[in-house]
Amino acid sequence: MMINDVPTTEKTMTIDARFILNREDFKLDAELSVPAQGITALFGPSGCGKTTLLRAIAGLEKCPGGYLKIGDRVWQQGNIFVPPHQRSLGYVFQEASLFPHLSVQKNLEYGYRRIQSHERKVSLDQAISLLGITHLLNRTTSGLSGGERQRVAIARALLTSPRLLLMDEPLAALDLNSKAEILPYLERLHEELEIPIFYVSHAPDEIARLADHLVLLDKGSVSASGPISQMLTRADLPLSHEADAAAVIEARVCGYDKEYHLTQLDFAGGRFTVTQKPSNPENPVRLRILARDVSLTLEPQSGTSILNIFPATVQELAEENVAQITVRLDIGGAPILSRITRKSAAMLDLKPGKAVYAQVKSIALL
Amino acid sequence: MLTESDLSALLITLQLASITTLILLVVGTPLAWWLARSTWRFKFLVEAIVALPLVLPPTVLGFYLLIALGAHGPIGAFSQLITGRPLAFTFAGLVIGSVFYSLPFVVQPLQHAFAAIGRRPLEVAATLRAAPLDRFFSIIVPLARPGFLTAAVLGFAHTVGEFGVVLMIGGNIPDETQVLSIAIYDHVEALEYTQAHWLSGGLLILSFLMLLTVYGVNRRFSAVTS
Repeated sequence: MMINDVPTTEKTMTIDARFILNREDFKLDAELSVPAQGITALFGPSGCGKTTLLRAIAGLEKCPGGYLKIGDRVWQQGNIFVPPHQRSLGYVFQEASLFPHLSVQKNLEYGYRRIQSHERKVSLDQAISLLGITHLLNRTTSGLSGGERQRVAIARALLTSPRLLLMDEPLAALDLNSKAEILPYLERLHEELEIPIFYVSHAPDEIARLADHLVLLDKGSVSASGPISQMLTRADLPLSHEADAAAVIEARVCGYDKEYHLTQLDFAGGRFTVTQKPSNPENPVRLRILARDVSLTLEPQSGTSILNIFPATVQELAEENVAQITVRLDIGGAPILSRITRKSAAMLDLKPGKAVYAQVKSIALL
Repeated sequence: MLTESDLSALLITLQLASITTLILLVVGTPLAWWLARSTWRFKFLVEAIVALPLVLPPTVLGFYLLIALGAHGPIGAFSQLITGRPLAFTFAGLVIGSVFYSLPFVVQPLQHAFAAIGRRPLEVAATLRAAPLDRFFSIIVPLARPGFLTAAVLGFAHTVGEFGVVLMIGGNIPDETQVLSIAIYDHVEALEYTQAHWLSGGLLILSFLMLLTVYGVNRRFSAVTS
């Protein structure tokens, strides 16, 4: 099964929003409908309205005439406007915004104490261990590092047991080390809690790693929305044309080669062999395959050092520049990208529907 | 040393300053909050009116208050109707005059403290389920603590030091409206320099200690929160 497939059971809830805002310097005209589960990334260049959209969802930005429904709850429609403090949401701001007059413990308890006890689905202990902040509880906020502050802010937001967690570029203000420190915690949130997350970012690698669903924003409106694996590989969208264009595939660990220390992973189109070892073999893993690491042949190659070779079907060709094209391929239902020269494409006579072999030189375990 | 009338003036001064400060904190806080947050385009008008006592000679303010609080003034006439006497030359009249006179000393530090906190902590608190009043008391009041302390001490100290307004609307009635600053003036007029020294020196030390407290505490606070 692919990562993004939303089970089409009757229980699947959606988050539906429509906001129109006309400011002198900025226009927002966004409409979206996404599954109320997993991580939905709001992606786009600076100034495209990602943060404004998030603030409108939180009710921090008033958009008269807007519409917002989270599952079965209407938060805004016509004259109905549920004020932010009555919305069951968590908001993690770009800079951690901890209350400086309260200790870490008191910061965590701030929202927790303000919800009814029967609403508390996330316990203090659970949030503290999930974000790994036990050792910080008695500290003041001023002594914390950037990464620690953001982890406390995330735990604080979770402790209101929100129906929706909004994260506004939570890693943008952090250095590389702090980013690497927080990403695993975000993945744990994703795995262990059933809280839908809206994640604003302009970093493609964060999105490839975290998002299940992707909403592309451009100049204040939604230009496309869909499951991550499709959004990353669609030729009509900008992500497949980035220099680091990549496909994301979900797989399961199925074996380990003790002699050569290689992990085997099953995915929709076959079996990958990779050198990295997942921390928890029980959980599904996410693989990222860069377009420039995939080459194409007409015959299956023997006598090659490449381990991962799969039969594939060409779906689409898109010119990048005078010399290069990007090919979208289908491997047993999983879409991947290949970036090759225009000359190679001509030599192989590539066109949609043609059967080829994809040689994957490198696979990153996310 | 201090005479009985000096002690009475001291007591009246402290009472006047305390009551004035209390009233100003209650009235000035919402006013300062509104000034810090409002985007109304004529807000500057209100700001100018609040700041007026900073530049106006106290005698001018006192003169208009005397007219307003006197038997023929609007407030005085109302008071006459209710209590049987106008407000001029009473302790209550002094309190009203002091509230106007010290208003900017309380409102401005609060306004600056509120503005410095910005919107973000309030937004965070709102997303953590705090209702507006809850946000004010759990976030704004503790974060604006240095502002409140500065406002209270400046309001108190400024009221203790007032002279012109008191003279105009309170007169100089011993045991009722005679405050320290006027008692000092009387002593100097009567060439009682020893007593003038005692009172002046006492006021000097008191004022200095109060300001010392404000600056010392605020310095510690900013070290904690920044």
